[in-house]
Amino acid sequence: MTDFTANQAVARKPDFSDAHLRKRYRAEARFRMYGIAAIFAALAMLAVLLGSIVTTGVSAFTQTEIALDVTLDSSQIDPAAIAKGNYRKIVRDAIRAQFPDVSGRRDLRNLYKIVSSGADFTLRRMVEADPSLIGTTRTVWFKSSADIDQLNKGAIPRDVPEADRRVNDDQIAWFDALSGDDRTRRSFNTTFFTSGDSREPEQAGVWGAVVGTALTLLVTLVLSFPVGVMAAVYLEEFAPKNRWTDLIEVNINNLAAVPSIVFGLLGLAVFLNFFGMPRSAPVVGGMVLALMTLPTVIIAGRAALQSVPPSIREAALGVGASPLQTVSHHVLPLAMPGILTGTIIGMARALGETAPLLMIGMVAFIVDIPRGFTDAATVLPVQVFLWADAPERAFVERTSAAIMVLLAFLIVMNLAAVLLRRKFERRW
Amino acid sequence: MSEAIEASTPDVEAAPAPTKVKAENVDVFYAEKQALFGVSLDVRENEVTALIGPSGCGKSTFLRCINRMNDTIPICRVTGDIAIDEQDIYDPSIDVVQLRARVGMVFQKPNPFPKSIYENVAYGPRIHGMAQGKADIDDLVESSLQRAGLWDEVKDRLGEPGTGLSGGQQQRLCIARAIAVNPDVILMDEPCSALDPIATARIEELMDELRQNYTIMIVTHSMQQAARVSQRTAFFHLGYLVESGPTEMIFTNPDDKRTQDYITGRFG
Repeated sequence: MTDFTANQAVARKPDFSDAHLRKRYRAEARFRMYGIAAIFAALAMLAVLLGSIVTTGVSAFTQTEIALDVTLDSSQIDPAAIAKGNYRKIVRDAIRAQFPDVSGRRDLRNLYKIVSSGADFTLRRMVEADPSLIGTTRTVWFKSSADIDQLNKGAIPRDVPEADRRVNDDQIAWFDALSGDDRTRRSFNTTFFTSGDSREPEQAGVWGAVVGTALTLLVTLVLSFPVGVMAAVYLEEFAPKNRWTDLIEVNINNLAAVPSIVFGLLGLAVFLNFFGMPRSAPVVGGMVLALMTLPTVIIAGRAALQSVPPSIREAALGVGASPLQTVSHHVLPLAMPGILTGTIIGMARALGETAPLLMIGMVAFIVDIPRGFTDAATVLPVQVFLWADAPERAFVERTSAAIMVLLAFLIVMNLAAVLLRRKFERRW
Repeated sequence: MSEAIEASTPDVEAAPAPTKVKAENVDVFYAEKQALFGVSLDVRENEVTALIGPSGCGKSTFLRCINRMNDTIPICRVTGDIAIDEQDIYDPSIDVVQLRARVGMVFQKPNPFPKSIYENVAYGPRIHGMAQGKADIDDLVESSLQRAGLWDEVKDRLGEPGTGLSGGQQQRLCIARAIAVNPDVILMDEPCSALDPIATARIEELMDELRQNYTIMIVTHSMQQAARVSQRTAFFHLGYLVESGPTEMIFTNPDDKRTQDYITGRFG
């Protein structure tokens, strides 16, 4: 204990000892480690998530195909009525030609099940495109059935008892024989990217969902961006500051936190039941999602406008610009990067929303590719949801592949946002 | 500046310049707090009038009344009469935006638009329809920058951002921007307080040239600057206009004791 009266003249100095210094260095090193550990944890979780999705889904990008020699006999196909040709028989004859000694109804049925049921349509489309094929024999690659495809990809184990698998021993033997003959291959699964949903996994694709998502998000953007930006500009620059505007601000902030399914119920009650708009259409889905995205755009817009320094506004007013000219020529361009960021955040959330769209009927099984905003459609998250529920084994990999397509969509949108932001960025 | 004093000899009495801005009994309130008490001031045409006084005495507030910039502050209330060219500027039929094109302002901290130098100067004329076609605007930009004494330094880089200039150059750009719309009155709110002495000297020179075509009102903290550039000076204190008159008289022989105390440095 120092004697204060005696040492009053001696001023206190900071503790410059080594021990004190080391204590601070240790604390700083610990803090740095916490930060790095947090980053690693986040990256690890991301890697695990993406890794599990990619490893499951990448096999969906290939499809097993079987080569068959088809004889396009003119007795089966009438050149005047190509669509009515008996393609099923042609395909079945081709299969039987590979395995002539298979007989009996049950065995034959199992044999035919090796090839996709859509083979008939594939053949029909081929002949419709080139009628000169009638009367020729050629080798055509057909998609195998989903079960054979899964067998080939190793998803169906060969060593479990026959009763526990979807493909029996005969089918495995036949398939192996075909493989031995170089009549099987795995090729790129274009069907996945070009066709709509289907009951048969090997004929199912995400294109319908992609088009539906694109149309829905377009409606969302067109509705939420202008309205949101204008609302933000009005509330921030022109509205008088009184109790009413405070109330509006509180309500908008609360709306941003409302669960999305509530907007779906609103859409169901107002848009579908009251206004009678078409169920499951992108225009209704877009309107529901726009309601959901508006608060985000407005809040981000207000924050961006507030961040523009008041000196810019004063300078513009001082030169004789009207309040409207000040906002549109000076304030808004400077606030654009922030507004665009907010919009993209809102749109990214809208991209992944399933619940509100389920409420307005987008859970339906839609096979056709939607052509307009009022056609029935589905969106990617709903498609993922439907496939995740499907019983067929082949839909497991397709679900993950659809998730990858969804993520790719998201990356494209974010890229667009980054480019747009860079275009508007200005130093001041 | 000395011409104003020599004009008092009987034979060559020059008529006093006409009054450009006439303020009568102006009160300004920020919510309940009164900032200006009954200010009456005449500002003469083609003269530099300096407003001096200690911090917080209301000089900037008064200046901002002249171009109605106080309107942008919701809690601010102005009463009394302010007339420019004998026309009351607070009359309801007056368009504030047009008023601000007739009364330009230069701010304390240079605030060029974050656009190119050319765009900074061209913006005002463009929105007020003062020029037709690019050649017209080019001429206007060049003449404004010439009169602001900035042309030679920036003529090769008109496309570069205005914010990339030095402080003194930015302030001259702001002056060019203000004179590009050819106002009648230019208000300057401590234009040199953020600048170094050399830049300050250049702007003071500029003010002397500009006053031949414009009426200038300048708020300044520096008494030396007021003495150098102005023909008339008004001294504010705690919201009151204490005294106003020819600059020479205010600084050598003021009527009011408070003025005397301020200029001799007893306070402020």
